[in-house]
Amino acid sequence: MSAYILRRLLYALPILIGVNLLTFVLFFVLNSPDEMARMQLGEKRVTPAVISNWKQEHGYDRPLLFNEKASGLAKVTDTIFFQRSVKLFAFDFGSSDDGRNIGYDISQRMWPSLAIAVPVLLVGFAIDISLALFIVFFRATYLDFGAVVLLVAMMSISGLFYIIGGQFLMSKMFHLVPISGYDIGIKAWKFMILPVIVGVVGGVGSGVRWYRTLFLEEVSKDYVRTARAKGLTERRVLFRHVFGNALIPILTGVVVVLPLLFMGSLITESFFGIPGLGSYTIDAISNQDFAIVHAMVFLGAVLYILGLLLTDISYTLVDPRVRLQ
Amino acid sequence: MFVVLAVLAALVLLLGGCGKVPWNDPYPEGLALSNTLYSSFDERPKHLDPVRSYSANEYAFLAQVYEPPLQYHFLLRPYQLVPLSASQVPIPRYFDAAGKPLPDDAPAEQIAYSDYLVQVRRGVRFQPHPAFARDGSGALRYHGLTAVDLRGINRLADFPYTGTRDLTAADFVHQTKRLAAPWLHSPIAGVMQEHILGFKELGERLTQAAKLDPVARVQALREARLDGVEVVDPASFRIRINGKYPQFAYWLAMPFFAPMPWEAELFYAQPGMKERNIVLDWYPVGTGPFMLTENNPNLRMVLTRNPNFWGETFPTQGMPGDAEAGLIKDASRPMPFVDQAVYSLEKEDIPRWNKFVQGYYDSSGISSDAFDQAVRIGGDGGPSLTDEMQTKGIELMTSVETSISYLGFNMRDQVVGGYSEQARLLRRAISIAVDYEEFISIFANGRGLIAQGPLPPGISGYQEGKGGINPYVYEWHDGRPVRRGIAEARALLEQAGYPGGRDPKTGRALSINYEAVATGPDDKSRLAWMRKQFEKLGIELVIRSTDYNRFQEKMQNGTGQVYMWGWNADYPDSENFFFLLYGPNGKVEHQGENASNYDNPEFNRLFDQMKFMENGPERQALIDQMMTIARRDAPWLWGFYPKAFSLHHQWLFNVNPNKMANNTLKYRRLDPVLRERLRTEWNPSVLWPLWAVLGIGAILVLPALWMVRRRERSTAL
Amino acid sequence: MMLVILWTDALVFLLLALAIGFALYASRHEHLRAPWRRVARSRVGLGALVVLGFYVLIGLLDTLHFRLPLADPAPGAAHAATERRFAPEVMSVFDYWARPLRQRQEKTYSAPFATHLFVKEAITQPDGSVVRDYPRLQYGGRHLKDPKQRGWDIFDTALRGQIEGLVVWGLITLLVLWGMARRRGLALLAMYAEVRDGRTDLPWRTALGGLALMLVLGFVAGELALKYHILGTDKVGEDVFFQALKSIRTGLVIGTLTTLVMLPAAVLLGVMAGYFRGWVDDIIQYLYTTLNAIPSVLLIAAAILMLQVYMANNADQFESLVERADLRLLFLCLILGVTSWTGLCRLLRGEALKLREADYVQAGAALGVGHFAILGRHIVPNVLHIVLTTLVLDFSGLVLAEAVLSYINIGVDPTMNSWGNMINSARLELARDPVVWWSLAAAFLFMFTLVLAANLFADVVRDAFDPRLRGTR
Repeated sequence: MSAYILRRLLYALPILIGVNLLTFVLFFVLNSPDEMARMQLGEKRVTPAVISNWKQEHGYDRPLLFNEKASGLAKVTDTIFFQRSVKLFAFDFGSSDDGRNIGYDISQRMWPSLAIAVPVLLVGFAIDISLALFIVFFRATYLDFGAVVLLVAMMSISGLFYIIGGQFLMSKMFHLVPISGYDIGIKAWKFMILPVIVGVVGGVGSGVRWYRTLFLEEVSKDYVRTARAKGLTERRVLFRHVFGNALIPILTGVVVVLPLLFMGSLITESFFGIPGLGSYTIDAISNQDFAIVHAMVFLGAVLYILGLLLTDISYTLVDPRVRLQ
Repeated sequence: MFVVLAVLAALVLLLGGCGKVPWNDPYPEGLALSNTLYSSFDERPKHLDPVRSYSANEYAFLAQVYEPPLQYHFLLRPYQLVPLSASQVPIPRYFDAAGKPLPDDAPAEQIAYSDYLVQVRRGVRFQPHPAFARDGSGALRYHGLTAVDLRGINRLADFPYTGTRDLTAADFVHQTKRLAAPWLHSPIAGVMQEHILGFKELGERLTQAAKLDPVARVQALREARLDGVEVVDPASFRIRINGKYPQFAYWLAMPFFAPMPWEAELFYAQPGMKERNIVLDWYPVGTGPFMLTENNPNLRMVLTRNPNFWGETFPTQGMPGDAEAGLIKDASRPMPFVDQAVYSLEKEDIPRWNKFVQGYYDSSGISSDAFDQAVRIGGDGGPSLTDEMQTKGIELMTSVETSISYLGFNMRDQVVGGYSEQARLLRRAISIAVDYEEFISIFANGRGLIAQGPLPPGISGYQEGKGGINPYVYEWHDGRPVRRGIAEARALLEQAGYPGGRDPKTGRALSINYEAVATGPDDKSRLAWMRKQFEKLGIELVIRSTDYNRFQEKMQNGTGQVYMWGWNADYPDSENFFFLLYGPNGKVEHQGENASNYDNPEFNRLFDQMKFMENGPERQALIDQMMTIARRDAPWLWGFYPKAFSLHHQWLFNVNPNKMANNTLKYRRLDPVLRERLRTEWNPSVLWPLWAVLGIGAILVLPALWMVRRRERSTAL
Repeated sequence: MMLVILWTDALVFLLLALAIGFALYASRHEHLRAPWRRVARSRVGLGALVVLGFYVLIGLLDTLHFRLPLADPAPGAAHAATERRFAPEVMSVFDYWARPLRQRQEKTYSAPFATHLFVKEAITQPDGSVVRDYPRLQYGGRHLKDPKQRGWDIFDTALRGQIEGLVVWGLITLLVLWGMARRRGLALLAMYAEVRDGRTDLPWRTALGGLALMLVLGFVAGELALKYHILGTDKVGEDVFFQALKSIRTGLVIGTLTTLVMLPAAVLLGVMAGYFRGWVDDIIQYLYTTLNAIPSVLLIAAAILMLQVYMANNADQFESLVERADLRLLFLCLILGVTSWTGLCRLLRGEALKLREADYVQAGAALGVGHFAILGRHIVPNVLHIVLTTLVLDFSGLVLAEAVLSYINIGVDPTMNSWGNMINSARLELARDPVVWWSLAAAFLFMFTLVLAANLFADVVRDAFDPRLRGTR
């Protein structure tokens, strides 16, 4: 097992290098260090001298990928790419183009993201599964058909509508919760209500439909028929057997997304003014702050790989037949 | 779904017992009655170091903390400089090349340099700050920190001891030297090189020091000598300027020249501070009425009253009408009046506006879409508040900004640029066709004043009435300017050689590129509108929209044809506007701010004369001549001067629009009791939807349970 | 008239040709025809198909672009009538057809069916005094002498539209019935009775019912739109109904072309990875894991910015706004394709892994058939159903994604009509008081209908093709 994990982690290295290279190329194909300097230095009275000064200060005066002037190994190492990427592997994110420490910012902004994402996941999980079981209970009736159409309809509504509508009703009309904002620590709870409700309601359509399919697949299996033949009630069959067995695909599906919860939600966070990693990323894109974008992409890739690994491991835990070699 | 509702209902009950605080109150409980002002900011400030900061959203914080030598009088108009951390406004003394004093009215050519002797105000002390903390032996406590000392320190507030000291002339000199330091990237270093004696040389000398580690850099800076700026005695210093530069006094009112204690700079430069984001760029150290106590640009910024403030008093003088408006009720009372100001990050317009209406922000601007809700334009064109706002007791302030938003032509372009009669006619035709009145009414809700030239009102040189109109675009009818008709524009276009908007060379419609910055949802309609204006002449407008960065680069390269841009005055002087059209300030060749690259020798000559003059009839005559030349050449569609409308609640006092002063927070006064009462009144929780949803849920769940039961029985068979 | 073929137009035509080709191919192969017959037999599927048909029709009309000839030769030009000149503006057949909607621009906001502007303006009275009031619209309800008659006028017009719609529907129904009756050798009336009672093999009753609904709705809307702005006007006075209709093409193009452009790569790489295994598999897996690991929003943002740079540097190549917007749309499809092909690729790899062990593939390999022949003859045709279901399932997700991307300003060109852009500008309108709700409502309505129909259709298609699910339905 540990050998397997080690091998997978080694396998992650080329992927991370590839991700780094791709991010780098994409960012600098369109964006010269000159432009980044201009963006950071503000609007008025920016002269070329100031710009070259800034580039030197932030290490953007090196060539991008290949240094012809240097000799030997320095041809590759004395470049922006190398200088910027290597430290990432040690999770040293350096400082952003406007001078803030990125690692510090990430450690601060991670919690608001989690504070929204985790409740959405848990509450959504509970609601989706109970509704799906309810629908499966009535499978092949008009109730089932109607519910599926309703779910599809809910899926067909753009997520933006849920957010806009939620803010309009809950905050503007009924004065129930603050429209937007956030606070540190326990005081944050009243700001979380609306984003969590919006997140859960927005996910009901696809979530319930997905679980319904899983349960239906399970229901058609032989052991269910046996259980029923034994005289168990339908409710027992569903809750004890079908639910229990469907948990395997459900859980492994959830494990993949667990690490990515850290990344937050781009749209929700910027609409509700939540200072999480999602809005951090969006701001970095619009400010063309390469250092932050780079760090966030790297972090995303690491978490993604971690998710894949966790999935594999969770398979072995829930299903003894699967073995990792 | 029902689980959510059940949780909500539980919360509702829980909250119900919590007292009378409105549920949608975004602030922590228990602060309702504190003397705290609430406001918002929409973009996180990038720099809070006065050497680098150069934008309004940063000044909102910075100007409350740092005190430059001078400031603008809060109430008097036209804008007038009064002392702040200096004890009086310095009067320049002129010298010729031999160092002989010259009289004040000496001609500008004779003046080799001018001296500004600044007297430092006595009894001013810096805010409490760990950089000044001293231990028992009198040594600075937090200088020379090691990694061990920094353990457990994450914010500035984690340092237990603070100290203070008196302001001296050396602090001003230190800051001026910082402006020259190449590693600090001051945006005005380029400008100051031209004016302050020895500034450029200092910058060059310091390039070596730039490679040193941060602590050594600060030391190098302390030891470096700036020829033009010297400490005379602890209470005064002298700045020496090349030639004559009357506008220099205005620079002394900007945070760039605020005093900076070397202890603070050295304190922040220590190793280990940057990793904790404890840097001078984030934690300002000033003498002002407030200090930044919470600095979390991702969430909120909090300014708290500086206990060491020197006790500036509210001005006693005002303009006629100010007394009636209750603006000098607080005259001679020591400022500041509020204990704290909380600025929350608010990126989206909608939540910000709604929170203001609910009473959670004390003041607010008006976004274009909220305008109809707030303001009614009366029959005479004057604005007044809507009934909804009036019943809430909200008050409206309007003022014309000292800025201009214009549509410029690139004068280097083959088609729209150049100084031939043909090009001039083309530009004039477009000037008439683009109906800025409509633009203002659609996109700015009437919050703008049509510009007849580059000078906005409030700047000396601006002319009102018939004499002040641009005769190429406007006629004077019945006591007001009327835009010339579209038929006239078409005729001009035909004279220019484009009959019906068609280019005779290609036979196709003349096509002009419009360099646009498109970022928001509003831009689409704006671009469509602009296209419609050119269509009136049969010209096809090709819109090339990019982000602001790319736009700047295009301007730098001079490849655009038509573009829209604006200028916000640095100081209230006509020079600060005319220099946007001054040839040697061209964007492409000289990297200046003249984005149109307009270069008319006669205009340049007049500008060179006018910039050294004091305001008066002589200067007015030159300004009029320059205005005539610029209007004839039409390098810009003069566009409009934006008008600022701002709203504030009835519990906020001493609000007076001052477009030049940024340090206005100290004048504000609050009535927290009234605010608390009204907030509760305005935000009753509406509970019926909650019960309704719960009720519907129950109605749905019960039959479902019944159905489950029934189905169970039937399938069990 | 000069035909203009934009990049996306060409690809849409290609897609159309492919679809027709596939239909012909499928109709001759029983194993492909059977699932489609199952689709057609489903009432939901057929109903959704009718709705989709209307969307596709409008989308296609909006895809035929041309430039109108200029009516008058330029006065004073030396070479007058010898050479025909064309207006610079690129129009589509739909633009031309919906001229009345396009050209009737008001000054600013007006509510649906309004006769007056939504905001007050200073109006100069005949006696010279100035009053602030809601001015009459220039076009909407202009024909009414007295705005109070509006209710009856709307009723009349709607009735007329309804009758027209029913007449057209009657004709079509008659034609269909007649055709069916002839083929089946039945009398027309007997055929009618069969359809009415739902006894036909295909659910014709549903199809014709759906058609009736759509036709009546279409005609009523059309008639009313000639007299009013039935969904109001936006900030610069453009008809919102027209915008919503124009957005159909954008939505369809994004939903379909994205899958089309990613298809070759996904199919080829997926199948190759599964078939060859070994180092080919490793490389391809590495490729898609790496791509997957980058958050897609960042990838899209970077690509769109890159395109903007390209367009800024090569501004001369783009003669008109339409071309620029079109290229951006195409690019968006491409980049969305790049971010979404990995899922399909992985599915196909798994399927190919299974198929390569099948007897006929093994036999082919033993007989010395080339690898690529095996891939082309045995593997690819056997994974086509997966491709098809993915294509249909992805469609609605992509339409929704467009809206979200426009919010972060990395969607389609801001000058292009799209639901995303409509929603994006409507965000601010909701903050107005009184609320300007119609832009949002229009975008919602049109998008919802399309996505709902597509989702329902996708469900039916998946069920029809997926052998595992067949039993449960």
